Amino acid sequence: MAESAVANGLRAYGLIVGMWVRSTMAYRTSFLIMTLGNFLATGLDFVTIALMFTHIGELGGFTLDEVAFLYGTTSVAFGLADLVLGTMGRLGRRVRDGTMDTLLVRPVPILAQVAADRFALRRLGRITQAAVVLGWSLARLDIDWTVDRALLMPVMLLSGGAIFGALFVLGGAFQFWAKDASEVQSAFTFGGTTLLEYPPTVFGKELLRGVTFVIPLAFVNWLPALHILGRPDPLGLPAWIGFAAPLVAGGCCAVAGLAWRAGLRAYQSTGS
Amino acid sequence: MRLYTAVAVSGFKRYATYRVATVAGVFTNTVFGFILAYTYTALWNERPHLGGYDHAQALTFVWLGQALLAAIGLLGGGFEEELQERIRSGDIAVDLYRPVDLQTWWLATELGRALFQLLGRGVVPMAIGALVFELRMPASPLTWLWFLLTVALAVCVGFAVRYLVSLASFWLLDGAGLSMLSGLLCLFFSGMILPLNVFPGQLGEIARALPWAAMLQVPADVFLEERRGSGLLEAFAFQAGWAVVLLAAGRALQSAATRKVVVQGG
Repeated sequence: MAESAVANGLRAYGLIVGMWVRSTMAYRTSFLIMTLGNFLATGLDFVTIALMFTHIGELGGFTLDEVAFLYGTTSVAFGLADLVLGTMGRLGRRVRDGTMDTLLVRPVPILAQVAADRFALRRLGRITQAAVVLGWSLARLDIDWTVDRALLMPVMLLSGGAIFGALFVLGGAFQFWAKDASEVQSAFTFGGTTLLEYPPTVFGKELLRGVTFVIPLAFVNWLPALHILGRPDPLGLPAWIGFAAPLVAGGCCAVAGLAWRAGLRAYQSTGS
Repeated sequence: MRLYTAVAVSGFKRYATYRVATVAGVFTNTVFGFILAYTYTALWNERPHLGGYDHAQALTFVWLGQALLAAIGLLGGGFEEELQERIRSGDIAVDLYRPVDLQTWWLATELGRALFQLLGRGVVPMAIGALVFELRMPASPLTWLWFLLTVALAVCVGFAVRYLVSLASFWLLDGAGLSMLSGLLCLFFSGMILPLNVFPGQLGEIARALPWAAMLQVPADVFLEERRGSGLLEAFAFQAGWAVVLLAAGRALQSAATRKVVVQGG
């Protein structure tokens, strides 16, 4: 039963996404321009970091190549979550204007509908840009590729995507109560990826503890990436901690799932 | 004039009712403020007096950016999405029938909104920043007055840019992508992520001449008292110049749009 509900949700998600992709492709030039624009404009993010490094050799003891590695890993993970669940931020508006009700009467899981709503394929631009930076950093870094490090690479990106995805869902669930508060979500999603672009050594210990033990953003890339780069963790955590990323991601998804259910139960339609 | 004042007042009141959104925004601005403040601290520790700013000035720049983000609309927001939606749905036809000027109407709502968000979303992040970090507040009380003026001009430039972007919805199916692009460009070229005086060589010179510079870099330099005397006048002229040029461009695009494009939906 539970299995079929998940399969049903994924199938519905795929169908709705397919619909939005078809509608996007009806205006192919517009799509291509937007994707290219997305690619270039998100690249400005990295240009900013490169500009900083025209003045300095190291930031917090990390070189440009290493920071590019951090940037690439968090941005790919974030890009994945943003592509799949990026429109969760619009949920609050649906609650406000009452169109949420339309979703409720359809025989399709609500999460699948909300997540696929206005699916924006142009976000591939962001992922591509992030992947280019990541590839560039890998080409320049001299990493000692042991088996565990090579294994950790894909695990890190997927777990990171799942952690960000859980944050998107959590943020969406929160909007069932606080309808106007979609910006709080940005603090953790966009704020999170901005934080993770920079070396952990730049930040205060309290902040590092917060993003390791409370909101486990550090597992998106910092902890696994430090192991791959062969650097010690500033909090003194053991090197294997990076491998806990999939577990942490699973935990985040479970919490997000529970919050989503609670939010959906607490939903009250607008009176107007 | 009375009409537009009333529109501005209602713009202010409207955003004043979004209390939860305001608190959420303050929270987010504060989080970003802390992240950037830490990275700037690391950067200025490596290179003190980078771009002519000392440590305190660099951190003040961070918190000014967060305090002004919503008011000036550096990431978009405000009227932009609403106007795009009205164009997309065809409601714009009704707006064009009204005996008011479309651009001035939206500018008035925007000024009201900006004033509210300057107070509602600017004061608290700035105060938190000042409590936690050592910031550089204006030495001369007059600077506060100049600061208000430069922010008002920045709001006009920001409006003019986003008005142009919104009008593109007459030709595009989905304005959201373009808005995002414009937001990202604005973040970079306004100095929001990195002050423009840190940009090297030619890139720096170009960036400091573009309209986005009028939206954050110039107000921040006024606040930091980097612009004084004739420099202050130049700053205002630079902002006003871009505001006039871009508002005129918006007007031209508006007349082109309303003449040539059949509103979607009939």
